Amino acid sequence: MFLISCPFCGPREESEFSYGHEGHIARPADPDSLSDAEWADYLFMRKNPKGWHYERWNHARGCRRWFNVARHTVTHEIRAVYKMGDPPPAIEP
Amino acid sequence: MTGYRVAGRGRVDPDARLRFIFDGRSYEGLHGDTLASALLANGVHFVGRSFKYHRPRGIMSAGVEEANALVGVDRGRGRYTPNTRATVLELYDGLTAESQNYWPSLRYDIGAVNDIAAPLIPAGFYYKTFKWPASFWNKVYEPVIRRSAGLGRAPTAPDADRYASRFAHCDVLIVGAGPAGLAAALTASESGARVILADENPEIGGSLLSDPAVQIDGKDAWNWLEEARATLAGRANVTLLTRTTAIGYYHQNFLGLVQRLTDHLPAAASSLPRERMWKVRAAQVVLAQGAIERPLVFDGNDRPGVMLAGAGRSFLNRYGVKVGNRVAVVTVHDSAYLAAFDLARAGAGVATIVDLRRNPRAALLAEARSLGIEVLSGWTVTATKGRARIAEIRVNPVDQNGKVGAARMIGCDALLMSGGWTPSVHLFSHSKGALDWREDLQAFVPGAPNEAVRCAGAGNGTFGLAAALAEGAAAGAATAGSAGTPTVFSVDGEAPFSGVYFRELPTDRDPTRAKAFIDFQNDVTAKDIRLAVREGFRSIEHVKRYTTNGMATDQGKTSNINGLMIAADAVGKPAPEVGLTTFRPPYTPTTFGAFVGYSRDAHFEVERKTSIDSWAEANGAVFEPVSLWRRAWYFPRSGESMHEAVARECRATRRSLGIFDASTLGKIEVVGPDAAEFMNRMYTNAWTKLAPGRCRYGLLLGEDGFIRDDGVIGRLSDERFHVTTTTGGAARVLATMEDYLQTEWPDLKVWLTSTSEQWAVIALNGPNARKVLEPLVQGIDLNGEAFPHMAVREGKICGVPTRLFRVSFTGELGFEVNVPARFGLSVWKALIEQGRPYDITPYGTETMHALRAEKGFIIVGQDTDGTVTPHDAGMSWAIGKTKPDFVGKRSLARPDMQDPKRKQLVGLLTEKPETVLEEGAQIVDGPYAAVPMPMIGHVTSSYHSETLGRSIALALIQGGHGRKGETVYVPMPGAMHKATITDTVFVDKEGAKLNV
Repeated sequence: MFLISCPFCGPREESEFSYGHEGHIARPADPDSLSDAEWADYLFMRKNPKGWHYERWNHARGCRRWFNVARHTVTHEIRAVYKMGDPPPAIEP
Repeated sequence: MTGYRVAGRGRVDPDARLRFIFDGRSYEGLHGDTLASALLANGVHFVGRSFKYHRPRGIMSAGVEEANALVGVDRGRGRYTPNTRATVLELYDGLTAESQNYWPSLRYDIGAVNDIAAPLIPAGFYYKTFKWPASFWNKVYEPVIRRSAGLGRAPTAPDADRYASRFAHCDVLIVGAGPAGLAAALTASESGARVILADENPEIGGSLLSDPAVQIDGKDAWNWLEEARATLAGRANVTLLTRTTAIGYYHQNFLGLVQRLTDHLPAAASSLPRERMWKVRAAQVVLAQGAIERPLVFDGNDRPGVMLAGAGRSFLNRYGVKVGNRVAVVTVHDSAYLAAFDLARAGAGVATIVDLRRNPRAALLAEARSLGIEVLSGWTVTATKGRARIAEIRVNPVDQNGKVGAARMIGCDALLMSGGWTPSVHLFSHSKGALDWREDLQAFVPGAPNEAVRCAGAGNGTFGLAAALAEGAAAGAATAGSAGTPTVFSVDGEAPFSGVYFRELPTDRDPTRAKAFIDFQNDVTAKDIRLAVREGFRSIEHVKRYTTNGMATDQGKTSNINGLMIAADAVGKPAPEVGLTTFRPPYTPTTFGAFVGYSRDAHFEVERKTSIDSWAEANGAVFEPVSLWRRAWYFPRSGESMHEAVARECRATRRSLGIFDASTLGKIEVVGPDAAEFMNRMYTNAWTKLAPGRCRYGLLLGEDGFIRDDGVIGRLSDERFHVTTTTGGAARVLATMEDYLQTEWPDLKVWLTSTSEQWAVIALNGPNARKVLEPLVQGIDLNGEAFPHMAVREGKICGVPTRLFRVSFTGELGFEVNVPARFGLSVWKALIEQGRPYDITPYGTETMHALRAEKGFIIVGQDTDGTVTPHDAGMSWAIGKTKPDFVGKRSLARPDMQDPKRKQLVGLLTEKPETVLEEGAQIVDGPYAAVPMPMIGHVTSSYHSETLGRSIALALIQGGHGRKGETVYVPMPGAMHKATITDTVFVDKEGAKLNV
């Protein structure tokens, strides 16, 4: 159970949120121009790192807003919470 | 006073006498007793039978680690708790408990034959023995094993108690209120930090409760303890939780604490919940869980009367009970001497201390001598005797070369053993902290933490009172940052605390015949562990599963390290290389109620009801759950079967008029200058040219190209769409829309609002629908040309605002009346009144399903399963082909998605009209194909069609669109049914009934 600081509501229990997988994967502007392999890569391939992970969360049972989180997948430390469209913050390893 | 009660000792109240019943016999105990201490005060050691061999077992500990003395507690109907450890079960007046795992009686147990047959049932016997014939598994082996294994009986009545739960946040959570935890709490709370101090015992103190003679800051331990309690209680920033077990340590310093509120009270209480789950988020955690004493491993170490030395000391000093009148001790550790000395001073005869060490401390030997206790140093215990209670021990000298000499028998009525102490690292391990092996302690201690946590005291491998207090104070100070200064405590009278470690004790007998137990609860012996290694198991995780060592409800609190030391010896590797099994929450067995909390019955699964639900209930509806909604399924008249009721509802709707509560439909208001563009991108259909006032059937795909949801969507103005979704899909569709809008297309000026609960929806279907509406509607021209099929108008009905849709899910002339939910019931009643001349008939979801199937309208999730494309479903027409993009479009271009052999939605007509196929039934090409027959599809929807007087079905069949007219077969229990593939529309293929 994480404590996640929603950028719009403040710290709330994880049970209020839903997970949105890896962040910073933009939907291709012109999907028709992609090969099947490129489209499959967009559709299915996600990182599964042991360490820092930039991921999307949704305050589903709160303000319903999406945002980004930088979370360590081993310690579960949450180092940064930032809005959609903001660049991923650099994190010291 | 009973024979084993020692006046003037312990924290029990000699004037508060309590009656209790154990196995049907009445006994007396004192307030402050546990069931275990009260039984021992009455001279009762034999309290249960073991799990596998049904050996007599006694009380082996005085705390949570108890593996033998498990009892069932009966507090009345719905309040039976099996497998309760007698050592932590607080006595109350009228307590009724029973021993477990025997038949017909504790003393004469048929299952005890297992003990004699023990050589035939070694570790893993069930893997080796019960292999064949296969049919014996279900009928013979499993029922017998299930009955003879297991512990107490599970209660059958619903839990009659209430359970609470709450969140809490604090600066410092301290687990364990022994010396280290108290020192941490006193120091950490000085600076004003919010501190929660939790301890599983009824009172704080930990080891001090069993050690009254030691002095802290010049005060007797119990006086110091009372002052510490008063200090903490007086600080507003401290929350002191007793009877509260930290059961699990989760991410980001989140811990679950279970507080027991009523189990210690007489059964008649109370208005309190039985337990409360505290979900605590702490900035810092201090773990001061203490240590658990290890049993020694020798033949017959499980006999009633054999117990841990520290437990013997606790029963005397904390509860005022001597565990025997002629006590023997076997030890490898100094701490057992303290038990012997305290018992001797209290008047319990202490016969002998058997110390495996050749040279115990001189001071201990001198004190033993002064108390008249014989010390056999460099001796071993090789056997015990006695049936329901130990009567003799067999002891032998061990020479310098390890050779075991001639045996001698010593009479005793209790045997205290000490194999040293194991730090309790359970919670630290839950938090994924690394564990370091301490060779000197032969134990794991906390290493690098994974959370903001500090460990202190015996649980950190720091033994001795002064050291524990100092480390606790330092941990408490560190949590407060620079503000904290560790309190300094002075200690007098501290006893020596050192020892060595043994695996199985040396013996002159055949060790393969020894019943030297490691895991008392699961009946695992030393030779079982060695057998597992001989048979090829090398990892401790495998040894554990093969032997079941440490897998009982005590989770190996007393057995894990002994098992590991012996396995490591057998493997021939150092213990840390063989590894330690994983600790998992909960720390001690926890009631389901504590986890469930308030979330039971209607609070677990909320039942959503529409505004018209009460009318349906009053009019005899049978309900069915649809996602969380309760929906009217059908409306039987008296004496009608479901089939008859549905047939009548179908007839009435097709011939005259049916009325249906469609309020559960999901509804989303999509508003904004870019609303049409947003809809274009989300749905497959083209929306730009849809005129305000018109509707369109919309299809929503996932990005993988498969159908996710559908619904009729009305355009109210250029910038406003009224989107409907499936009942179960409402939340999911809104979430998907929000995801795209916020994360992919934040530039679009669109706002999304869930309006599912704001609108009540009443569907009127049938040739007479318009006639009933006309007198009630204001401001809308219902004429067929002014208000054609697939149109939406805003106006009033019965004087309240409405969005009136002309749509049909039945194929009949249909309207869906949307009114604000608060008017739903009154408008429904008005329509029912108005419809009487037309025999208006309320129908439920079953009729709705049958009528839509006659028209080949799909139900997403029934006729689709997450692998169905619009083309597969026969709805290529719903795709806006000129649109540059929409969610899922690119995936539809993949070669696989255009394979003509994909499963496609078709109709099925059985050869025999009365055969209603089973939904989900598989479809094959021919009845005589070789087995296994290739399955070419399955039935998705199947009904009796009242309109056609025969059965109809929808099915997904490979290449089905190109196979219309062909025959397929549907195997079902008892028969192979022949059916013809057809179009999906069975009734009014031209749609003539809609255009009226």
